[in-house]
Amino acid sequence: MSTTFRTAAGGRIDRTSTLQFTFDGRSFTGHPGDTLASALLASGRHQVATSIKFGRPRGIAAAWAEDPGGLVQVEEPFPEPMLLASTVELFDGLVAHGLPGQGRLADVPDSARYDAVHHHVDLLVVGAGPAGLTAALSAARAGARVALVDEQSEAGGSLLSGTDRIDGVPAPDWVADAVAELARHPEVLHLQRTTAFGVYDDGFALALERRTDHLGAAAPRHVSRQRVWRIRGRSIVVATGAHERPVVFADNDRPGIMLAGAARTFLHRYGVLPGREAVVFTTNDSAYDAALDLHRAGVRVQAVVDARPEGSPHRRAECESAGIRVLPGSVVTGTEGVERVTSALVAPFADGEVGTGSAIGCDVLLVSGGWNPAVHLFSQARGRLRYDEDLGAFVPAQELDGLSVAGSAAGLLDLAGCLADGRAAARATLTALAIEPAADDRLPSAPDPVVAAAPLVLWRVPDTSGAGGSTQFVDLQRDATVADIARAVGAGLRSIEHVKRYTTIGTAHDQGKTSGVLTSGITAELLGVPVQDTGTTTFRPPYTPVAFAALAGRDRGSLFDPERVTALHEWHGAAGAVFEDVGQWKRPRFYPQPGEDMEAAVLRECAAARTGVGILDGSTLGKIDVQGPDAAVLLDRLYTNLISSLKVGSVRYGVMCGVDGMVIDDGTVLRLAEDRFLVLTTTGGAAKVLDWMEEWVQTEWPDLRVHCTSVTEQWATFPVVGPRSRDVVGALFPEVDVSNEAFPFMTWRDTALGGVPVRLARISFSGELAFEVYVNPWYAVAVWQRLLEAGRPYGITPYGTETMHVLRAEKGYPIIGQDTDGTVTPHDLGMAWAVSKKKPDFVGKRSFARQANSDPRRKQLVGLLPVDRHTVLPEGSQIVEFLADGQLPPPPVPMLGHVTSSYRSAELARPFALALVKGGRERIGDTVHVPVNGTLVPVEVTGSVLVDPEGARRDG
Amino acid sequence: MQLIACPWCGPREETEFSYGGQAHVPYPEDPAALSDEEWAHYVFFRDNTKGRFAERWNHNAGCRRWFNAVRDTTTYRFESVYRLDEPKPVTS
Repeated sequence: MSTTFRTAAGGRIDRTSTLQFTFDGRSFTGHPGDTLASALLASGRHQVATSIKFGRPRGIAAAWAEDPGGLVQVEEPFPEPMLLASTVELFDGLVAHGLPGQGRLADVPDSARYDAVHHHVDLLVVGAGPAGLTAALSAARAGARVALVDEQSEAGGSLLSGTDRIDGVPAPDWVADAVAELARHPEVLHLQRTTAFGVYDDGFALALERRTDHLGAAAPRHVSRQRVWRIRGRSIVVATGAHERPVVFADNDRPGIMLAGAARTFLHRYGVLPGREAVVFTTNDSAYDAALDLHRAGVRVQAVVDARPEGSPHRRAECESAGIRVLPGSVVTGTEGVERVTSALVAPFADGEVGTGSAIGCDVLLVSGGWNPAVHLFSQARGRLRYDEDLGAFVPAQELDGLSVAGSAAGLLDLAGCLADGRAAARATLTALAIEPAADDRLPSAPDPVVAAAPLVLWRVPDTSGAGGSTQFVDLQRDATVADIARAVGAGLRSIEHVKRYTTIGTAHDQGKTSGVLTSGITAELLGVPVQDTGTTTFRPPYTPVAFAALAGRDRGSLFDPERVTALHEWHGAAGAVFEDVGQWKRPRFYPQPGEDMEAAVLRECAAARTGVGILDGSTLGKIDVQGPDAAVLLDRLYTNLISSLKVGSVRYGVMCGVDGMVIDDGTVLRLAEDRFLVLTTTGGAAKVLDWMEEWVQTEWPDLRVHCTSVTEQWATFPVVGPRSRDVVGALFPEVDVSNEAFPFMTWRDTALGGVPVRLARISFSGELAFEVYVNPWYAVAVWQRLLEAGRPYGITPYGTETMHVLRAEKGYPIIGQDTDGTVTPHDLGMAWAVSKKKPDFVGKRSFARQANSDPRRKQLVGLLPVDRHTVLPEGSQIVEFLADGQLPPPPVPMLGHVTSSYRSAELARPFALALVKGGRERIGDTVHVPVNGTLVPVEVTGSVLVDPEGARRDG
Repeated sequence: MQLIACPWCGPREETEFSYGGQAHVPYPEDPAALSDEEWAHYVFFRDNTKGRFAERWNHNAGCRRWFNAVRDTTTYRFESVYRLDEPKPVTS
């Protein structure tokens, strides 16, 4: 490919090396240091894509993230949509194509790594342009801890795009010295290719570092592709520069139309000419630099069209001595061309009126409507903005604690001013932080600015094309025009936020970097109100798009949330267990044998526990060691029943309620000593119950001498369940008398196995004779296997949580959080027996006496038996009743309650369910109906205990 | 993300803390002596203050201790933190 638009020399590219890349299926070349945009322009290619709504050709319109035109999808080395050609650094082998506004996600997993780093500094400086560099230098010289982040591939910002001189040398040389000096300060972190995309409270900022994107396929696998820096700065200096603002005119979206400053960047930084014949359209002096620089580089500048009546006398003389025609009091009213601009329509402009114009041929049209300070981060930090009439832009209007704005981000547009402002911002910050500025903190010198002619604020050129503003593009990415804003205002919208949502302006990939202020200005003009009153839309993070993969970082897959496993996890896996998640725990749900599905496996496991012996890994049960002279007092206050009367060696079931009287957890309590209890909670409630105890002990009863400690992980727990459990436990622990007389229900005993302490407790969550075996998890596998060996003669069967649930539901034991929500009292559960009448008070007691709690229509826990003996009611199903005439009441049909647990029972040889039903206990014996897949299934209301209601089995 | 100054640990990120609602709402001396309405005021009713508000916080991913703070509900700014055994600071 020819690179005929590349200058003969200059730019910051490495011309000794050539990179091959493919765009839209065609091969191109470029150099290290190029972006995809500069390499395409070097080949004479402006058009990148077509627009999202109208399919109009669009090209590169700016040299960095503010570009609304050059949207691309990268295909190689890894597919990534919605990037800007102007921000994609060129690498060998890049494959990309233009995007009509919408990209396509990769259909293969991203194998790159992403990570995050926390960093703490005295001063975070965002932007390594003139103001950012002097700020960082001042702070670094004072010995402060500094982070300097900048989004481009090298430091310098605007200094890389022009011909400025600092301290008598070309600005890029001064930048190189500044960077070298910063590198010598050990407390300075300097990151390029790093975008500070969000500023939050208390000096917290997020920055995205693109570490290997620019290396393409050569990126080392062991280096994370992108890194999120979580930086906490005692203070922040925002030196993010300014974005050039276009002027809106008819057909202002054609490829070849770009911001004047961008053309300078392409020339000076990348050695690229944007075209051969240029027209420059401006409202201010800055575009004259572009005109003169391009002229010197060999571009034929056809005209400088200056909307100001007098133009800029000083700059006009400069141009005319170079042979460039200047047309003051003129505007560009429109353009011609299809895939590339071919001419600009130029007309005289006075007092807001456009005269008769003529076409001037060109292949590039440069536009400047002034500069918008990049106030995004300041505004994210809730800084208030003020409209500056001279700039035609919004600038920071207040001081913020710990955050200042410096340089052109604060509205300064001259180099000497920006250099001084960055240094001043840093020194003010140092003073606030009580850090002494360095004695040798010299301000670099820059030539005094040329006295500039005042800029003209011009949002749009009156539309003389006859299209009524419908080709005057405000937001190129959204294909939104002046006509769209007029329609919004005509529809009565006055708030800029409403105009934004009506027109979608500013909602695209670029978030309105070039269109936002224009929209405020045009809206104010159409409404006839000051721009200050219209204001801006809210700036929100991220400043530029951030990939979800980067935000997720390493918190993916198994690292997304901690996985808790019991000491037997590998044994369960080897035994073929199917696991389920219970909170963060992985628990075996059932152990299918060959050919079994869940239903068959659970029926087999249930039958084993009810007729022989089963064994469960119950290690996830929450366990809290409550110690201290007042331990019993605390538990008496937190449980609804009396705990202090419990004898050492015994166990009691207890229910815990909130102050509102609603059940929050249940479990058993073992009294280990006069001043020590082991509290067992539900698996899911363990952390909550410990927090609950701590809250009361710390905030209400600090006088209680008691300490609560989680020991969940310190005890592996195996319930051995079933009529043959006594045989198994007796065989393995022969020194323990396991007879019912010596070891009755709800007691515990300590013993040992091969020198390892073991605790046995007769607690049953199934209604069967059962022994819970507690042991240090280090010995869990050994003890588990010994139990299996001892149980082999009885066909001991490991069972999972599903069987556990069926067994407990058959006995009407509720699962707090499944059979209850936050509206269920112990009385509703039929557990009035667990509520002490003797204790003067406990948490929740007063609420039981509230009138609403004695309402007979409260929902109560009951059993349900489907009359057809085969339907398993879906959990969550609603319950309805027929009227006396056997018909449903008219809609809305009153709901009596819902199914909370539902299983198939091996013992009952039919499905059953638990449910919360209004006035449920009064309805026992009634038939109600449950809609299942559009059919009303009749179900009989029963008591909640369906198996062994007499409790005859628990003693074997 | 805000920094919250735990009286025991110093400034820590807000994700380490959990919120405990209005402070200085003591458990009633004798709940049984209260009317249903008075009891409901303890259980359910809390101030909805615009401006300085004394509230409870728990450094539950740190030292796990409860403490009180005065925070401005319009700016989120913490004006002071104090231990449970310290009196509520006088605010203007």
